[in-house]
Amino acid sequence: MAIKRSLGEKIFDVFNVFVLTIVCLLVLIPVIHVIAGSFSSTQALIRNQVFLLPVDFNLDNYKLVVQNRTFWNTFKNSVLLVVVGTAVNMVMTLLTAYPLSKSYLRGRKFFILAFVFTMIFHAPLIPTYILIRNLGLLDTFWALVIPPAIGMFNLMLCITFFRSLPEELFEAARVDGMSEYRILWQIAVPISMPIIVTLLLFYSVNHWNSYFNALIYITDRKLYPLQLYLYHLLAEANAIDNYRGVTTVNLDTSPQGLQLATIVVATVPIVVVYPFLQKHFIKGAMLGSLKE
Amino acid sequence: MDRASAIPAPPEKRRSGPAGLLKFVVRNRALYIMLLPGLAYLVIFKYIPLSGSVIAFQNFNIFKGIWHSEWVGFKWFEQFFTYPQLRRLLVNTLLISFYQLLFAFPAPILLALLLNELRSMVFKRTVQTIVYLPHFFSWTIVFGFTYMILSVQTGLLNNLIESLGFERINFLQKAEYFRSIIVGTGIWKETGWSAIIFLAALAGISPTLYEAAKIDGANRFQQLLHITLPGIMPTIVILLLLRIGNILDLGAEQIYMFLNELTYKTGDVLDTYTYRIGILGGQYSLTTAIGLFKSVVGFLLMVLANRLSKKITGEGLY
Repeated sequence: MAIKRSLGEKIFDVFNVFVLTIVCLLVLIPVIHVIAGSFSSTQALIRNQVFLLPVDFNLDNYKLVVQNRTFWNTFKNSVLLVVVGTAVNMVMTLLTAYPLSKSYLRGRKFFILAFVFTMIFHAPLIPTYILIRNLGLLDTFWALVIPPAIGMFNLMLCITFFRSLPEELFEAARVDGMSEYRILWQIAVPISMPIIVTLLLFYSVNHWNSYFNALIYITDRKLYPLQLYLYHLLAEANAIDNYRGVTTVNLDTSPQGLQLATIVVATVPIVVVYPFLQKHFIKGAMLGSLKE
Repeated sequence: MDRASAIPAPPEKRRSGPAGLLKFVVRNRALYIMLLPGLAYLVIFKYIPLSGSVIAFQNFNIFKGIWHSEWVGFKWFEQFFTYPQLRRLLVNTLLISFYQLLFAFPAPILLALLLNELRSMVFKRTVQTIVYLPHFFSWTIVFGFTYMILSVQTGLLNNLIESLGFERINFLQKAEYFRSIIVGTGIWKETGWSAIIFLAALAGISPTLYEAAKIDGANRFQQLLHITLPGIMPTIVILLLLRIGNILDLGAEQIYMFLNELTYKTGDVLDTYTYRIGILGGQYSLTTAIGLFKSVVGFLLMVLANRLSKKITGEGLY
């Protein structure tokens, strides 16, 4: 049913498109500026000539990144963390969510309450830190994998999803003599792909992006994940910037190009998978809005 | 038809008494065994640290351990509330949270409403793709972007300021800009993502309501006021209460990246102080007291929020 739009509505529609275009530009400009800077020469960066297009286009900054042993080591650590960490997350979350989704399970309410309670009453940081230290996990790869093994919010999402599956299906499999483990892996998991993809995405992005856990638990530079390396790189840049600001002396060796190229490379994995996953994560974000 | 009666025999009929329970557990031992790793994780990594919070009432010494450290009662809590330097943390935390509530909370609602009014689906999808993206950038990378805009030497904004004939401003090192930068970058990163939930709520409003309103001659603004807003109000209320419940949790991940010695005055919050003084400085008891205070307040606010939510929208948070 087409209804003729009034003048006011037409003005609003134009205004709306205009505002949202501005919003998009505000999101994109910083990103494009960094990409442009990463392909520009150091001279152009120091002279503030770069806006949205590279000046003196070259790949020198990327050559520096590629040659940077520290960068590749931290990159490798992060990839390993994403793979192992997410695998642990998935196994733990699915194993826990499946029994808790069974409405007939005795003690179910008590167990769920025990999990939910930790969402609304957080354990303070320091006792957690002392525990990790006493367990001998400090300065090990596992300090980044085991403490966040189950995301409580993700667990609740998964339980809610499993509850929506028809119990008849599992019952039929039980009659056929399938063990509960096989039912989980061969029946529940294959028909739960929407939630599984969502959880994979949430967990892996979290592992890839966070630095604060590593800041707390890792002091050995060889174990640094990429984000912690970036943290130090950028905090240093900020400090140097302040120094330059005070003395108004330009340092010849501007590491800025290197920083920009590092930022771009660190973002590439996310930007590459983003279009493929967009469909799923929106579903996932909406799952979060549904309740039991 | 009752769903339970449609199932050919539920796995186990509930029998009361410990014998029945034992039988049930044995029959369904596979499920309980599956649950074991999760429960072990829960106890070790959530409940043991929770009980370890007693060191907030001790003069905890890492070498003596929990069992042999001396008890000091509420000493650290008293310090927390009386030392001006510590009170500053609470003020900073509350102020940043308050500004976030004021500016960052309505932003996604506004964005969702604007997106919802778009006629071109192609344009809508393009905008969505762009605004969701920053959610997936880490805070270190967002800081990198911010640095390139605000840096005193090379920042884009400073270039603009200079070209207009003003002095360059050292945004990132001045305490007075810190809170605005935190709120601003938070809006930049999360507004798109947070809008999804409101878009879902908007999609849930029945189109027949709009059709009826159109027939009654309501224009789009009136439809917004009388159909759209009431339609997403429950979502707004629940998220608002949830946000208030987390008022002391600011996410060290963001703030610690932006913080430096020159901005402690306005930017040092409970979480960043806990890291610096607790983990780096070894003052375990004081910072545990701060953490416990945070947890208790958060818990009480959450319970309160849940009550309010049930009262206002008929739905609880948990």
